[in-house]
Amino acid sequence: MSDTFFTAAPHWHWLVIWYLFVGGVAGGSYLIGALLDLFGDARDQPLARLAYYVAFPAVLIGGLFLIVDLNRPERFWHMLIMSERGWPMLKYWSPMSIGSWGLAAFGVFTFLSFVGALAEDGRLRWRGLARLRRGMLGALIAILGGVFGFFLAGYTGVLLAVTNRPIWADSPLLGFLFLVSAASVSAAVLILIGLWRGVAPYSIGWLSRMDGWLMPVELVVLIAFVASLGPVAQVWLSRWGVALVVGVVLVGIVLPLLLHWRPRLLGGLNMAAAAVLAVLGGFILRVVVVFASESI
Amino acid sequence: MAVPMGFFTDTTVCIGCKACEVACKEWNQLPSTNGGVNTLSGMSYDNTRQLDGIHWRHVRFIEQFSPDRRDGRWLMMSDVCKHCAQAGCLEVCPTGAIVRTEFDTVVIQSDVCNGCRDCIAACPFGVIGVNPVSNTAQKCTLCYDRMQVNLPPACAKACPTESIKFGPIAALRETAAVRVKDLHARGEARAYLYGDDDTILGGLNSFYLLVDKPEVYGLPAAPKLPSRNLLPSALFSGLGAVLVGLLGLLSFRQRRIEEVEGRADGGNPHV
Repeated sequence: MSDTFFTAAPHWHWLVIWYLFVGGVAGGSYLIGALLDLFGDARDQPLARLAYYVAFPAVLIGGLFLIVDLNRPERFWHMLIMSERGWPMLKYWSPMSIGSWGLAAFGVFTFLSFVGALAEDGRLRWRGLARLRRGMLGALIAILGGVFGFFLAGYTGVLLAVTNRPIWADSPLLGFLFLVSAASVSAAVLILIGLWRGVAPYSIGWLSRMDGWLMPVELVVLIAFVASLGPVAQVWLSRWGVALVVGVVLVGIVLPLLLHWRPRLLGGLNMAAAAVLAVLGGFILRVVVVFASESI
Repeated sequence: MAVPMGFFTDTTVCIGCKACEVACKEWNQLPSTNGGVNTLSGMSYDNTRQLDGIHWRHVRFIEQFSPDRRDGRWLMMSDVCKHCAQAGCLEVCPTGAIVRTEFDTVVIQSDVCNGCRDCIAACPFGVIGVNPVSNTAQKCTLCYDRMQVNLPPACAKACPTESIKFGPIAALRETAAVRVKDLHARGEARAYLYGDDDTILGGLNSFYLLVDKPEVYGLPAAPKLPSRNLLPSALFSGLGAVLVGLLGLLSFRQRRIEEVEGRADGGNPHV
């Protein structure tokens, strides 16, 4: 029996699951926006702005979930400031500590890009703020924010791994899996909102193609993750294993891929249906990973 | 710094009286029930069942009986936080609430803890839990307040058989080695020490004399620090980031190629 089976569950339930999901969407959306800003062209700008419109509220909501999940929410600031000395509280070897700082820093960049996008769209009185998205300053914000976006999309998996709990601590691939899944889910979220808001097919096509490549990668990483658990993998012989196969693999990856490869299967609804299924699968992945361990 | 202090628990003389549990609860003012929830196990004399935020001592009853119950024995062990020399809880705590004291013990400062519960997931022994009164993570402090005024921890003081011995770690290790030797001489060849040297998490400041495999007592055979996963997990995540970035760039390249070939939508089959 793995030594991880002698530990106690931290009772990280729905609020944490929602954070893993929304935080992933925030990180993934921002990095998609940054990729469009840095490597796309002028026609991609509406989608880039949309990505920033998603990232900032998502990171706010995610942060709120984390705070409410604390047993003492009024002490959330103890994550960043030593409560007695007033000095910064940072332990680079603790994913939750560095994650708190990463989340705060990412929040700043998402806010800057969000405000810049609003100004660019003419929704703010101070049009000068559009400079946050232009020139060297815009590129710098996109690069740094994109790096933090990658961080936010993946560190949650590392955080779960740096424990002693079954499944989470039995594989080094959870961060990898969460990051690829976050990118795929974010692409799907932006495809859905983009279709609704009438974003140009030129940009949506880029996103859809990327997601079509991300999903097979996600499937491979998921299989590698389960295989890396070794004897612990037998915990999947449970209802959580069924949810993993049906909800994550079938609904979240295989069906969207099928729709991707057979564009005429559902006609005009094809792309939206694939995106909805991918988002659902990404959420179920986090539910399954958290509860499969919590139930032991 | 004072000399490292701790417990040596000789499970062979534990009689399961639970005086240690009661003394611990009395001294540390821990609630008897978890918010009024009945904690009786209904299948054993062990109604405490586990260590957590309101049970800082737990007398484990291991009932080993043959199917016809003609042959059997009870192993009893008063379990507690191990105050590891390399403590997983202290390693991950993001608020600095968990500290190492001058006695080399590990203490959670309840006024600093914000209840993130990372330490619960990190502890290799499942020792920590949330105390519903303070709403913070709590565990044995090795009676830090008593130690500061040269008093032994309440559990060790109450133990009627001296199964729980308290003192400087170096002295306890000598005592334990003599006891194991004595038991071997008397024919109890199964006796051995768990956590008395630095092979387990740099040494446990609460170590045990056992007569069966660690797993039988609910102890992991080779507990590890959570940080063992930090570098590999971070590196694999970095690989994921590179891969996602590359796929994004490849998608741009593909779009450009297909645009040159004359497809205004960038060549996506869906659009």
